[in-house]
Amino acid sequence: MKSFTTVTSIAAPLPEADVDTDIIFPARFLLLLDREGLGRHLFHERRRPAEGAPPFVLDTPPYDRAEILVTGPNFGTGSSREQAVWALADFGIRVVIAPRFGEIFFSNCFRNGLLPIVLGEAEHGAVMRAAEAGEKVSVDLEAQRIVLADGAAIGFAIDSYRRRALLLGLDEIGAILADDAADIAAFEARQKAATPWLHLSREQLSHFDDLRTSEA
Amino acid sequence: MSALTLYDKVWRQHVVKSYEDGSDLIYIDRHLVQEVSSPQAFAGLVAQNRTIRRPDAHVSVADHAVPTRHRDRPLPDGLAARQVSRLESNAERFGIPYIPMNDRRHGIVHVIGPELGFTLPGATLVCGDSHTCTHGAFGALAFGIGSSECECIFATQTLRQKKQKRMRVMLDGALPAGVTVKDIILALIGEIGTGGGNGHAIEFAGSAVRALSMEARMTLCNMSIEAGSRVGMVAPDETTFAYLKGRPLAPSGADWDAAVAHWRSLATDADAVFDREVRLDVSALSPRISWGTTPEENLPITGRVPDPAAESDPSRRARIARSLAYMGLEPGKPLAEIPIDRVFIGSCTNSRIEDLRLAAKVVAGRQVAANVAAIVVPGSAGVRLQAEAEGLDAVFRAAGFEWRDSGCSMCVAMNDDRLSPGERCASTSNRNFEGRQGQGGRTHLMSPAMAAAAAISGRLTDVRTLS
Ligand code: SF4
Repeated sequence: MKSFTTVTSIAAPLPEADVDTDIIFPARFLLLLDREGLGRHLFHERRRPAEGAPPFVLDTPPYDRAEILVTGPNFGTGSSREQAVWALADFGIRVVIAPRFGEIFFSNCFRNGLLPIVLGEAEHGAVMRAAEAGEKVSVDLEAQRIVLADGAAIGFAIDSYRRRALLLGLDEIGAILADDAADIAAFEARQKAATPWLHLSREQLSHFDDLRTSEA
Repeated sequence: MSALTLYDKVWRQHVVKSYEDGSDLIYIDRHLVQEVSSPQAFAGLVAQNRTIRRPDAHVSVADHAVPTRHRDRPLPDGLAARQVSRLESNAERFGIPYIPMNDRRHGIVHVIGPELGFTLPGATLVCGDSHTCTHGAFGALAFGIGSSECECIFATQTLRQKKQKRMRVMLDGALPAGVTVKDIILALIGEIGTGGGNGHAIEFAGSAVRALSMEARMTLCNMSIEAGSRVGMVAPDETTFAYLKGRPLAPSGADWDAAVAHWRSLATDADAVFDREVRLDVSALSPRISWGTTPEENLPITGRVPDPAAESDPSRRARIARSLAYMGLEPGKPLAEIPIDRVFIGSCTNSRIEDLRLAAKVVAGRQVAANVAAIVVPGSAGVRLQAEAEGLDAVFRAAGFEWRDSGCSMCVAMNDDRLSPGERCASTSNRNFEGRQGQGGRTHLMSPAMAAAAAISGRLTDVRTLS
């Protein structure tokens, strides 16, 4: 995973609540099998406005090069589709700032080098104003700090493990396999003794033996 | 240790190890795999040359992209066919069961997990799908995850997680006639908002929950995610055990007795403390419908389309105006006067046998309005066969409904079942987001009985005025 340290960029303002995963990445593009190149479907409908309507913020220079997105409460609410995060990352977004996030979206971000930041109302308002003014915003993960063009610094909270994982670009699966394999095996042995029904028997699994041949 | 909740107990029984930062490595017992979130996870395994740790812990099925008619023909060439066959070949390669679309066990992941007895009380269960919270109805700790987390489950059977806060939703009182569990969950979301459960694992408790069938409990837990919570649970009881007994993957013989004894011990201790408590008296509820583009924007059917001008908070006012513009609704119009074009009875929220019985009861002896195209999509082949044995398909067909094969269908519009721009649909699904049922489509969420009533009258309708 790409590691994350500091991002300095103008920030695209999207001052809207409840921007859900269907808006971020419409379901029909979920048929694609890749995780690369999905940026072209990011906010697909919004980026094709009706005639005469203004273009979407991410198509309005200079925001088309923004690496930071500032948005309203409940961003990423809805589906678990990681495509929403892949598409943002592919477009070039590295940081999303909102008062609150959809939970699955929030945790998906960390697995893809994207930093979601939750801010309180006043701080969020200050960053949104900077975004709307087209000013540069600097996000420093090491220091857990956002610095605005006027020098104002805004601290943000982040889970210590997730912070470290982002800073290092950690391969979590590799880490679990390397460090925790013995604990997992011991857990399985204990569980098999205590609650054996959680491990399906060969006899139970034979329920699936006819899968290749059956018809409804 | 002090008194524990259901969530605490199941969590604690699955801690492989605890880290210094307060997170735990949680063991995952069950993983449901579908075609949309899995291809990238399998590809990750292949790229890293990793294997599946426990093939017996996974079951795979294609539900989102499959068509719901003409299943006797091969899938037409295209993205959907490619996605479905990719799941089949991945399952074959990694040695996990794959249920084909014409199998008697086929269906939406959240419908077939319980049907198989794959979903069990006290188990941890995940799926790359946000509505995995459905399985919490059994007292399982079940939650939706992203593709990267699916890959982690395949390789390690664990996830590093931090415990959520605990929230209890107490539901008491008796449901009035014509009001269903869908109206309860819509009312709850209307009250606490789509972010109301954020950071919390919900437990649904109280006399009204005890009185619910397993099907109804699944509808309740299914929409926990629409209340902002990844987890919604109900303590297992006699209703749970009766549902599970004899299911193919449920324990049997001496294992069954031991399991039931264990499951009984999972209930929240009497003096356990929750971080947040919400109460709702269900005896005061009416049938509800959504009018906007988030599930929280819902009202009793007796109400009127809200007026943004009456809202003092500017961002809320803008939100309402935006929703009304998308939905093509005028402020002040009685909800029960809104004409519809389509009806969808289906989805992992409301496609089980009880849902179809409820809808069929409303439909029986009546005709779908001339301006409406209506479909019923059973959640699984099992539900479809049961409904056909009861003659429900004949009731729906005689009224003018189309009777389809199992799948997600018009809940997510990844197959041919979708709204055209501007079309308005009475839907039993769980999300009314912009474009959810097709680009430009307009969704009104409601119960199966209310959707059936709308089909008959051709407009949003209070089902209580039909009978
Ligand atoms: S029916 Fe709808 S909500 Fe349920 S799993 Fe399928 S797409 Fe998701």
